[in-house]
Amino acid sequence: MTSGPRLFSILRQGSILIASIHTALDDSQLERFREDLIDRIGRDRAKGVIIDVAALDVVDSFATRTLRGIAEMARLRGAQTVVVGIQPDVAFVIVQLGMDTGSLVTALDLEEGLTHLAATAGASIGPAR
Amino acid sequence: MTGTHDEGPRGVARSEAPRPLDGDEEALLPELVAHLREHRTKLRQEWVSRIREENLLQAMTSQEMSAETTSVYDNYVEVLETGSVAALQQYARDLSERIIPRGVETHEVVGIVLLLRDVLARSLFEKYQRDFGMLNRVLDAYEPAANRIANTVAVSFVDERERVIRQQQDSIRELSTPVLPVRERLLILPIIGVLDRERARQLTVQLLGGIRTHRAKVVVIDITGVPGMDETVANHLVQTVDASRLMGASVIITGLSPDIAQTLVTIGVDLSKMATIGDLQGGLEEAERMLGYAPSRPDGAPMP
Repeated sequence: MTSGPRLFSILRQGSILIASIHTALDDSQLERFREDLIDRIGRDRAKGVIIDVAALDVVDSFATRTLRGIAEMARLRGAQTVVVGIQPDVAFVIVQLGMDTGSLVTALDLEEGLTHLAATAGASIGPAR
Repeated sequence: MTGTHDEGPRGVARSEAPRPLDGDEEALLPELVAHLREHRTKLRQEWVSRIREENLLQAMTSQEMSAETTSVYDNYVEVLETGSVAALQQYARDLSERIIPRGVETHEVVGIVLLLRDVLARSLFEKYQRDFGMLNRVLDAYEPAANRIANTVAVSFVDERERVIRQQQDSIRELSTPVLPVRERLLILPIIGVLDRERARQLTVQLLGGIRTHRAKVVVIDITGVPGMDETVANHLVQTVDASRLMGASVIITGLSPDIAQTLVTIGVDLSKMATIGDLQGGLEEAERMLGYAPSRPDGAPMP
């Protein structure tokens, strides 16, 4: 990682990974984010992943594609992904520009995302068994 | 008396560029003002009777008329004297604010100012009729100032009117897309009237903002009251539904009229991602089911 403030953080809580993006990432930073996150899924044996993008006020097509890719890869490695905290403006721009969000699961905020994962993936925030 | 006058060129009354006056004209305006002050009561009454004849300002009672005409007259003479229209502008704006709600029209306001201009000009004619050269110079001094006053009053009135109209448009816009939280996490957006682009945009902003503030999970958009929509608006609606999904809320559209349904299918909008239910009642039942409430059916049997 380059010096300076961290651009994203990946925290483990029970069997769920909570990845929050702190600031707008450029393409290479996004790739780095993807690699770190996919790597952590295997290491932490996560069942669910939450990606918090509440801090982003711009999401471009590359970011959309990357998020979709992460969800797909996570599924292949045995974890469900929920993207949370998409801002109203961002949501509309994503749709308006016709960026394909595919099967991306989204929720309003972190709390909603956790509820969703608990219901569908059986992932819990308690200590991993 | 003040010695400087900023006289605009004749007819172009807004120009504030001061034009140097020769001593003769400079002396004329104060004389003119003194004349108008002296015959204030008579001229004002003449003016009022002319207004009556022309059937202007019928919305006003005679007391109001008398009060307003007095102050307009005094302001008028003052502007002639000082050449400064700022005070008149302020007064015209206040006046407009008072009379616009009473239905006074632009032609009435312009009409009364032009009448006053005419009444005063006639009195000047009368006074200087024996000295033609003098009359000419008096009118040269009077007319640009009078034009500027007429222009200022008219412009202030129209400005004020536009301000009122803008204000009303804003409040109509706000009223036009209410977002109603009916239950925890359930929003209803009843839409009544034609959905044009601007309103569709407004709808999106309100809806997405509403989802955020109310933490909504389900939104019911009821378009029973929408008579029709074009392709752009239909597409916009589909996009709004998609954007809501990205924010974690499901949208149910209810009350599609036969006309709209036909339009949507004919123009080929992709509706596969839209959940639609016949009427608002059905939509609310479905929404409550999605939220895990168990609404009882009319027959009393609980929903599964």
